[in-house]
Amino acid sequence: MSPPPLMVAASQPAPAETRPIAVQFDDVAIAFEGKMVLEGISFQLLRGENKTLLGVAGAGKSTILKLVLGLIRPGRGRIIVLGHEITQMSEAELFELRRKIGMVFQESALFDSHTVRENVAYPLHEDRSLTENEIERRVQEALRFVELEHTLDLMPAELSGGMRRRVAIARALVAQPEILLYDSPTGGLDPVTSTTILELIVKQRDVYHTSSLMVTHRLQDAFLLATHSFDAKTNAMKVIEPGAAAGAHTSFLLLRDGKIIFDGAASDLARSHDAYVREYLSQE
Amino acid sequence: MELISPTEFAKSRVLAVQEYALLSARAIANLFQQPRYIPDTLQQADIIGVGSLPIVVLTGFFTGAVLALQSANTLQRFGSLSLIGELVSESMVRELGPVLTGLMVAGRNSSGMASELGSMKVTEQIDAMRALGTDPTKKLVTPRLVGTVVMLFFLSIISDFVGLAGGAFVSGTMLGLDSRQYWSRAWQSLAFADVFMGLAKPVCFGFIVASIGCYYGLSAKGGTQGVGRATTQAVVAASVLILVVDFFLTRFLMVVLPGF
Repeated sequence: MSPPPLMVAASQPAPAETRPIAVQFDDVAIAFEGKMVLEGISFQLLRGENKTLLGVAGAGKSTILKLVLGLIRPGRGRIIVLGHEITQMSEAELFELRRKIGMVFQESALFDSHTVRENVAYPLHEDRSLTENEIERRVQEALRFVELEHTLDLMPAELSGGMRRRVAIARALVAQPEILLYDSPTGGLDPVTSTTILELIVKQRDVYHTSSLMVTHRLQDAFLLATHSFDAKTNAMKVIEPGAAAGAHTSFLLLRDGKIIFDGAASDLARSHDAYVREYLSQE
Repeated sequence: MELISPTEFAKSRVLAVQEYALLSARAIANLFQQPRYIPDTLQQADIIGVGSLPIVVLTGFFTGAVLALQSANTLQRFGSLSLIGELVSESMVRELGPVLTGLMVAGRNSSGMASELGSMKVTEQIDAMRALGTDPTKKLVTPRLVGTVVMLFFLSIISDFVGLAGGAFVSGTMLGLDSRQYWSRAWQSLAFADVFMGLAKPVCFGFIVASIGCYYGLSAKGGTQGVGRATTQAVVAASVLILVVDFFLTRFLMVVLPGF
C-alpha cells in the first residue's frame, strides 16, 4: 500500500531557531544484556512540535520514550529535557521533572485497583497543592476532552481497549504537561477506535500546542497526523488544505536497527530516495 | 533447562542481595522523607492485620492446645503436670507465637505483595507510577513495610494470648488441671527477657515479610508466569529467612539480655 497523498508540502515548520527545544538527544546509545538497542541517536523535538517515531518492531522506538522520561539511563550520550540534562539527575530530581511530562503507555497501564476518576486524578493528588474541588473539576474536564465523562466510577476492567486508551490520554494530559509521549496509542485497536484516538492526539496538538513524541508502526496513523488538523467548530479532524499553516509542526523520525535513518518533514519522507525508506513506505 | 556458569550464577545472587539491600534501605529512609502516604499505610495495616487475624488466632489457639497435649505426657512421667502453664507460656511467648505468626503472615502477605506488585510491574503500572512522578518505594514499599511491622507486632501478642488460652482449654478439659493454677504459673514464669524477646522478633519478621514480598514483586519479569514464580519465591524466601533469623536473633538476645 502506498502512503496517502500528502498535502503538507506548503506548510513548512517555523524556523527552528525561533522555537525553544523541548527534548534533545546527543549521540545516545543504550544496550540491554550486551545487545545494542540504540546507537548514535541525535535529534531535537522543538516546543509545540509533534514528532512521530516510525520503525519496525524492535527498532528501539519505545526505548526512546523511556529515555526521555528517565525510566532507563543511556549507556552513552546526553539527553536534555525541558532544559535539564536528565542523564546527570538523581531519581528524586527526575520525579519533579516527570510531572511536566505526560505518557500514554502501549497497554494503557491504568492502575487496575483504582476507578477511572482515581486514575485520572492520580497526578493531581501527587501535586498536593490542589483542593479536592479543583481536582474534581480538572478530572471532569480531562474526561470530557476524551468524551468519557460518564465513566468516572467505572473500573479499568469494565472499559473496552479503546476506552482504556482514552482514559490513559486523559490521565496523561490532566496535569497540563509540557511534553506528551504516546507509545503506540492505536496498537491493537480497530480502525474506528484508532481514528478516535488519533483525533484526540490532533486535538491536543492543535488546541494546546503541546510538544509530543508518538511511537507507532502504523504509517497510516503517522500520515493522518501530518495531513489533518483539528477543527474546533465541528469538533472533528479535517484535511489540511495546501498552503495552510495547521499541522506544520509534525515531523517524522524513522529508526532502523537502533539508528536514525530519516529525520524530517512528512513531505520529505515521501520524497526520500533512500532504498530502505522506500521499502518501508511501500510495505506499510 | 538452561545451564549457566557458576560465575554468572554467583554474580546474579550477589546482585540480588545488593538490590534487596538497596530497596530495604530506601524503604527505611522514606520514613524520614516527604511525601508520606498515610492512607496507604492504614489500608495496608488493615489488609495485613485485620485480614490475617483469623488465621493467626486459629494457628495460635491450636498450637497452644497441642503443645499442652504433647508435653502433658512427658511432664506427667516426672510428676510435674502443674508446670504445663509455664511450658506453654514460655514456648508461646518466646518462640512459637512470633515464629508461627511470622510464617502465617509470610504465607498470606508475602505472596500477596509479590503477586500484586509483580502484576503491576509486568503491566507497566510501576513505570506509569514513576512516569507520573511517584516514587514506587514511597507509595508501595514503605506503607507495606510499616503496616506489616506494626501489625505483626500486635498479631504476635494476640497469638501468644490465644495460644495460652488453647493450652488452658486442654489443661482444663482434658488434663483436669485447675485453670487458676495454669494461668498463675503461666503469668509468673514470664520474665522481662522472655517478653522482650517475644516482642523483638515480630518486628524483624515483619520487616522480612514485607521487604521480601515487595522485592520479589518489583523484580518480577516475564508476564503472568513471572508473577507466579515471584510469588512462590517470595513465600519460600520469607519463610526460610524467618527461621534462619529466628535462630541468630534468639542466640543474640540470649547473650545480651539479662536473665538467660
